[in-house]
Amino acid sequence: MAQAPALPHGFELPLLPRLPKIGSIDQVAIEERAATLAKRSIKRESKLFALELAVRMTDLTTLEGSDTPGKVAALASKAIRPDPVDPTIPSVAAVCVYPNLVPHALERVEGTGVKVASVATAFPSGQSPTDIKVEDARRAAELGAHEIDMVIDRGAFLSGNYAKVYDEVRQVKEAIGDAHLKVILETGELGTYDNVRRASLLAIAGGADFVKTSTGKINPAATLPVTLVMLEAVRDVFEETGKRIGVKPAGGIRRAKQAVQHLVVVNETLGPEWLTPDLFRFGASSLLNDLLLQIRKEKTGRYQSPDYFTLD
Amino acid sequence: MTRLPVAKTYKLFIGGAFPRSESGRSYEIEGANVALGSRKDVRDAVRAAREAFPRWAGMTAYNRGQVLYRVAEIMEGRRAQFEELAGDQAEVDAAIDTWVWYAGWADKLAQVLGTSNPVAGPYFNFTIPEPTGVAGIVAPEAPPLLGLVERLAPALVGGNAVVVLASERQPLAAITLAEVLATSDVPGGAVNILTGRKSELCTVLAGHMDVNALDLAGVVGDSTELERLAADNVKRVVRNGDGYSPWHAAAFLELKTVWHPIGV
Amino acid sequence: MTEIDKKQDRSPVPSAFDYAPAPESRDVVALEDRYGLFIGGEFVEPRSGELHPSVSPSSEEELAEVAYAGPEDVDMAVGAARAAFENGWSSWPAGERAKIIYRIARILQERAREFAVLESLDGGKPIRESRDVDLPLAAAHFFYYAGWADKLEYAFPNRTPRPLGVAAQIIPWNFPMLMLAWKVAPALAAGNTVVLKPAETTPLTALLFADVLRQAEVPPGVVNIVTGDGRAGSELVKHPDVDKVAFTGSTEVGKEIQRAVAGTKKKLTLELGGKAANVIFDDAPLDQAVEGIVNGIYFNQGHVCCAGSRLLVQESIYDQTIKKLKRRMSNLRVGDPLDKNTDIGAINSKAQLERIQELVRSGEEEGADVFQPECRLPEKGWWFAPTVFTNVAQSYRIAQEEIFGPVLSVLTFRTPDEAIEKANNTPYGLAAGVWTEKGSRILSMAQRLRAGVVWANTYNRFDPTSPFGGYKESGFGREGGLHGLEAYVRFD
Repeated sequence: MAQAPALPHGFELPLLPRLPKIGSIDQVAIEERAATLAKRSIKRESKLFALELAVRMTDLTTLEGSDTPGKVAALASKAIRPDPVDPTIPSVAAVCVYPNLVPHALERVEGTGVKVASVATAFPSGQSPTDIKVEDARRAAELGAHEIDMVIDRGAFLSGNYAKVYDEVRQVKEAIGDAHLKVILETGELGTYDNVRRASLLAIAGGADFVKTSTGKINPAATLPVTLVMLEAVRDVFEETGKRIGVKPAGGIRRAKQAVQHLVVVNETLGPEWLTPDLFRFGASSLLNDLLLQIRKEKTGRYQSPDYFTLD
Repeated sequence: MTRLPVAKTYKLFIGGAFPRSESGRSYEIEGANVALGSRKDVRDAVRAAREAFPRWAGMTAYNRGQVLYRVAEIMEGRRAQFEELAGDQAEVDAAIDTWVWYAGWADKLAQVLGTSNPVAGPYFNFTIPEPTGVAGIVAPEAPPLLGLVERLAPALVGGNAVVVLASERQPLAAITLAEVLATSDVPGGAVNILTGRKSELCTVLAGHMDVNALDLAGVVGDSTELERLAADNVKRVVRNGDGYSPWHAAAFLELKTVWHPIGV
Repeated sequence: MTEIDKKQDRSPVPSAFDYAPAPESRDVVALEDRYGLFIGGEFVEPRSGELHPSVSPSSEEELAEVAYAGPEDVDMAVGAARAAFENGWSSWPAGERAKIIYRIARILQERAREFAVLESLDGGKPIRESRDVDLPLAAAHFFYYAGWADKLEYAFPNRTPRPLGVAAQIIPWNFPMLMLAWKVAPALAAGNTVVLKPAETTPLTALLFADVLRQAEVPPGVVNIVTGDGRAGSELVKHPDVDKVAFTGSTEVGKEIQRAVAGTKKKLTLELGGKAANVIFDDAPLDQAVEGIVNGIYFNQGHVCCAGSRLLVQESIYDQTIKKLKRRMSNLRVGDPLDKNTDIGAINSKAQLERIQELVRSGEEEGADVFQPECRLPEKGWWFAPTVFTNVAQSYRIAQEEIFGPVLSVLTFRTPDEAIEKANNTPYGLAAGVWTEKGSRILSMAQRLRAGVVWANTYNRFDPTSPFGGYKESGFGREGGLHGLEAYVRFD
C-alpha cells in the first residue's frame, strides 16, 4: 500500500489497530447537534451574504444520460450569469458534467473564472476495474476539466478492503496532475456515520482536495449531520497536519434555507476561514434558482414566484 | 455428680466474628451476661458493614436469594433453641417463613421495582433498584426474633450491609440468630448485631455519617432527635415501613436510571 | 459574451458571519404590576403586607411586584388546600381527575411561547432552552401523570394507594416551570391538594400558571401558590396540617427541612445538590463527547443540580479533548436570554453571581489554570462567562463544592477503577456521565457509579417517564416515571 504524504491521526499504524483510533460518531448526538445548529437565525445582512456566498459555492450540475452540448451550454450560461435581471449576482463556482461534455462546457466558461468539473471513475457506481477508472479520470483531466469528482469503490469499502479504496484515490490523484480532486463517498450507501468518518479520512489520506457526500443518484444524499461528520473529520486533519481540505455536500439540497443551514454548520465547525468556494461547495441543480429567488426577496422585501427565474 | 452444662457467652457479632464489647462491659439479662455495646462498637460495626457492602451487593441476586434461604434452613435445624428464646413456636415458624419469603424476592425486586421507560426520543432508558449502602436497624423490643427478622431480611435482601441494634430486653434471640448467619454463607460484615442500651447506641448510629439508611421501628419513645441526627447526611429514614412487601425492601433501595442513545 | 456575462464576483468573505439578534417578542406576555397570593382559587392580598419586585437578571428591570407570604398567609393556603382535599377533590372520580390534568397539559402547550418568554425574562435562561426544553417537558409531565390518575392501582400491585392529603412543595429558581410540573403533576394525579412555593427570584411563571388553573377549571384550593422567600418555605414545612413535603434545592436547606419534619408523620422527598462526574474514555466519540461536556456544564448557565461539573478525562486523550473543548467554548454565545441564538443567558441573581465569583477565585488561588473564551458580557444584568479549570486536584474546593454556575473543573484518570474512585468520591450522588464506545464498559461504569441518573454517551436528558433523583446527600425519592407517584401516596 502506498504511503500518503500527510496521514491523519491513526493512519500511521497498520490497518486494523488504527481503525479504532480513527474515532467514532454517536448518531443521536451528531443529529441533535446538527438540528440545534439548523435553528440558528442569522442577520439580514449576513443572510444576503450567505445567499450570495452559496451561489458562489455552487457546482451547477447536470449528470444525465440525456445531456447534450446544447443542454450543457445553457447550463454554463446560467452558471456565469445566474440572474439575467440582476447583474450583481455572482457566477457560480463550477459546472459539473460528464467527461464527454467537458469540452462543451469549457468553450462556454472560458475566461469567466467558472470552473469545469467532471465526474469520473465509472461514475456513479465505481464498479469498474481500477485501471479503467484511473484512465477515465486522466482523460477527463486531459479534456480540460479543472476539477475531477471521483467516486470511491463502495463495494471495496464495505467489504473491508480499505487499501483498495485508498489506492484508487492515490492513483487518480497522480493521474489528474494539477486538477483538483473531489472524492465522492456516496454516504447514502455507507450505512453509518462511523463509516462516513472513516471514508473521509481514507480519502483525505489518499490525496483528496475535497470530500464530497454523494453522486446525487442515491437517497439519502447530503444531509446536515453527514456534512457535519465530514467537517469534523476535516477539522481533525487540519488540527493535526495543518492541511485544509474542502467539503462538498451534493444532492438533496434544493432550498436556500438548507444551504444557509449548511453554512452555519461550516462556520460553527471550522470557522469563517472555510466560508469560501475554495473549501466548501454545494453540488446542486435546482438549488440555484431558490437562492436567486430568496436573494431577490431579500432585496425587494416581496415574496417571489418561480416564474421570474429561468429554467435552464 | 451431675454434669455441669456449658453456658454460652453472648457476644456481639461484628465483621463475621463474635467479639466482646471493646468497652469490656456487659449487662445481665435473660439469665445471661450480654455484651453492653459502646460507641466504638457501633463504629466498628459500621466499618465492617461498609467493607462488606461491595461484596454482598456484588453477589448475583440468585446467590443472595440462596444465602437468605440457607438462613431459613439453618434456623429450621436449630428451632428448638429459638423456641426457647422466642415467645412461642408460632413466632419461630413466622421468622423462618419470613426468611424464605424474602429469599424469593432477591431476584424479583428489580423486576417489580425496576422499569423500562419509554422516553420521547432515541434513547434506551431503564431504572433499576440498587442497595443504598449501610443500613442501621433499631430492632423492635418484641417479639425478639420475628421483630428482628421482619426488619432485617427486607433490608438485607436488596444488597445492603446492615448494623442491627438488638432488642435491649430480649437480646439472646438476636445473638443466636447471628450464629445462624455466621454459618449461612452471609459474608462477614454484611450483618452486624450489637446488643446494649438503645439510649446509648441509637444516637451514635443515627448520627454516623457513613450510615445511609435508618430503620427506627424499635426506638423506644420519641425518635425526633434521631431523625434530626439522620438529616446530617440525608439518611433514608424508615419509620414504620410497609411490612411484608417489596416496598419495605424498597425503602432501603436507590433507583438508578440509565440513559443511552439508540443509534447505528 | 459581454463583460457583464463574464463578471465574476470575488468579494472577500466578510469576517463576521453574524448571527442576528433574533429576540423573541416580549409582547406575548402581559404582566400585572403586582401579584398577590393565589389561595383558594383567587389572588388575595398578603396578610404579611410584604411585596417585593421580581427582577429580570438580564436587565435588572423590575418586572412586577410579588407578595411575600407570612405565617398567616401560609396558614390560609394550607387551610384552603385542606378544605379542597376534604370537600371534594379527594373523592373526585379518578377519570375526571385525569381529564383535568390533561387539560392543564394542553393549555400549557397552547400557551407555551408565552410561558417560555416569561421564564427567560424572569429567570435569565436562554429562550432556546425555555422554548425547547422547559416548556415542552413541563407540558409532557402533566400529560404523563394525567394518565396515571385513574390507573394508580396498576402502579402498586397488591396495594391500594391513597392520597396523602396536603402537599407542601418548594421549588428552585433554575427550572421554575419544569419543577412546578415535576411537583404538581404527580401530586394531583394521586389525588392530593397542593401548596406550592416558587423560588423568590423566579415567581412569575408560577403566578401565570394560576391562569392555566383557571382555564382548566381546577377547583379552588386544589393548587395554591404562595410566593415569598425562605421564611415562607419554612412556615410551610412546619405547618402541622401538611401531610407531605417535597423540596428541590440545596443540600443545606434540604437537611434543614429533614430536621424540621423529624418526629412528624409528614412524608418527605428531597432533590438536592450534586457534583456530577462526566467521565470521558479514550475511545469516546470525541466531538460528540465535547458537545456532551458543553451541554453538561453550560446548559442553563450551569444552574443545574445534575450538571456535569467535574470532567474526568482519560489521560491519553487529555490534550486533544481540552483543545476541542476550548475551541467549542469559543463558539458559545453569551447574552440576551430572549435571543434565539443565545447559548448562555444571565446568572439568576446577584447573590448567585457572587457565589460563583467567590468559588472561581478560590480555584485560581488554589492553583488551577483557568480558561474563559473571549466574550463581551452585557453591561446591565448578571453574567458569567463560560469557564473551565484545568490542573484541578480532587481536594480543591472547585472539585468538591457545587458551584451552580458555568464553571467546569477538569481532572484526569488512567484506568476505569481510578475513574470510578474519583467519580464516587463525593457526598453527592445525583448524576454521572460516561462516554465510551465499548458496550461492556458502559454497563460496568453505569453499575459502579453511585448516582441516581447515569447518562451514557449523552448528558442532561430528561423525560416524564424517566425517574430522576439522587443517592446519598443528593436527596431521596424519585420524580418522574412510575416511581414519581410513590412520593404522593400511602398504602392502606
